[in-house]
Amino acid sequence: MSDHAAEIVTFDNVGLRYGTEPEVLRDLSFTLFPGRFYFLTGASGAGKTSLLKLLYLAQRPSRGAIRMFGKDMITLPREQLPAFRRKLGVVFQDFRLVEHLSAFDNVALPLRVAGVRENDLAKPVRDMLEWVGLEHRIDAIPATMSGGEQQRVAIARAVIGRPALLIADEPTGNVDPDMAVKLLQLFERLNRLGTTVIVATHDINLLRQVPDSLIMRIHKGGLLDPTGALRFPPRPEPRPVDWEDDV
Amino acid sequence: MSKPPLIGRSLVRDLVPFGGRRAAKLVPRARGSGPMPWVIAIMIALTVMAAAAGLALGNLVNRASADLSSALTVQIVEANGERRAAQVERATELLRGDDAVASLRVVPPDELAELIAPWIGSGASGESIPIPSLIDVQLAGAANTAEVARLNALLVDDIPTARVDAQSDWLKPVYDALAALQYLALALIVLLAMTSAGAVWLAARSSFNNHRRTVEIVHLLGGTDRQIARIFQRAVTIDALLGGVVGLAFGTLAVLFIGNQFAALDSGMVAGGNLAVRDWIILAAIPVAGILLAMLTARITVMSALRRML
Repeated sequence: MSDHAAEIVTFDNVGLRYGTEPEVLRDLSFTLFPGRFYFLTGASGAGKTSLLKLLYLAQRPSRGAIRMFGKDMITLPREQLPAFRRKLGVVFQDFRLVEHLSAFDNVALPLRVAGVRENDLAKPVRDMLEWVGLEHRIDAIPATMSGGEQQRVAIARAVIGRPALLIADEPTGNVDPDMAVKLLQLFERLNRLGTTVIVATHDINLLRQVPDSLIMRIHKGGLLDPTGALRFPPRPEPRPVDWEDDV
Repeated sequence: MSKPPLIGRSLVRDLVPFGGRRAAKLVPRARGSGPMPWVIAIMIALTVMAAAAGLALGNLVNRASADLSSALTVQIVEANGERRAAQVERATELLRGDDAVASLRVVPPDELAELIAPWIGSGASGESIPIPSLIDVQLAGAANTAEVARLNALLVDDIPTARVDAQSDWLKPVYDALAALQYLALALIVLLAMTSAGAVWLAARSSFNNHRRTVEIVHLLGGTDRQIARIFQRAVTIDALLGGVVGLAFGTLAVLFIGNQFAALDSGMVAGGNLAVRDWIILAAIPVAGILLAMLTARITVMSALRRML
């Protein structure tokens, strides 16, 4: 029991198929430990998004066992899933912003769902939008935003509730390199505050930005490394971070 | 580049249920522009009219039953006028001597002639056509079968041509017809309620499907089924409230109009069908019941749709 408590996520021989199609994920066994930073890499169609769907509880596996936060997710009653979803922050590949809500309301949504008072959420939401450089777009709806702006709103929404596990699917796909570094630094910052982070990406340069990160390589629905995650080789030059490390 | 904001840990959570206008923004709607309020208004108006008709018929039956429940009619079926008059006199004597009789009245020949004029013409009289004499008897208690039989026996010993009938028996076919109409009104109300629930079910399902993407997002952000159902429930409640008020207004106007038309008939029996204060309260409660039905239907519809999602 205590072993499980030390792990945020454990997959044991997990497989996933949609309907009667062949398995898109097969024999996945790995563990995510608290406070670690993981990259999930693989070619398009390798199964990254399917694996993330299992992680953010949008899908149940066809077989195998999944434990998250010490609980068996396979047998967990459906009514208890929202409590676990609130521990997660998710950056979807397609952003999944609510089209008719402003940037402010989109970012505030997880806090409102969690029951945070209106008076308490206004400042954090403004601060977060300011940090992702969208303070001037606070009332804009997604349709009037560029892809990069929408992605930043999606990231702000994912991290505002200080999730225990942050799951990001290609979070830097639509932003310029500077913003990509900045967003990754936000993830790293959260990671230093205790959030476990898993980022799916095929951008090899991104991997080098986070020291001590672990890499999970997925190919044709299976993990290439039997242990699940490998330490990425340290990058040659120091990483630029321009705020004081106070944690 | 600035430091990312430290957010989340200090926030007070789970104190405020996700609801109200903030939550309603997730399911935008142009209030009153859809057909739903009008559908509900029509259903409520029809229900108010059907209920008013049922209540009025009930009042009419109750009033008539109360008036006639202790009333008897004694017929003296004697062709000879002189003997008939003597038998009427003897019958009144016997009846007045009975403790069960509170009052009696011999129906005058003129009144009898007027009553049968539609059938045998206005020139008829007891001399040309033998017409039975009638005695209206009001009992102190109910004119039940046993009492009717006892008084019949009392009279028949002396007056073989006497026949005693409870007045309510004559109107039994009328009561039965009115009761059938009441059941019809009740059936209409049930059908209207089912149709309203069906309309709300369709509207809620359509709205849910239109906003399925938003629902999925809220779900993935940790929104519960109850939170999401409450959003749709709120939208339906507003529609039902608008429809209920309009429907009640139209229904009440129709009931008042029809009531005035019947009042103009100046018929004693129809006057018994007037609506009492209690009836108006029941009619006013119909929109409330409609709103509750709409809320419940929307909730069940959305909850069952959500249960099909993870």
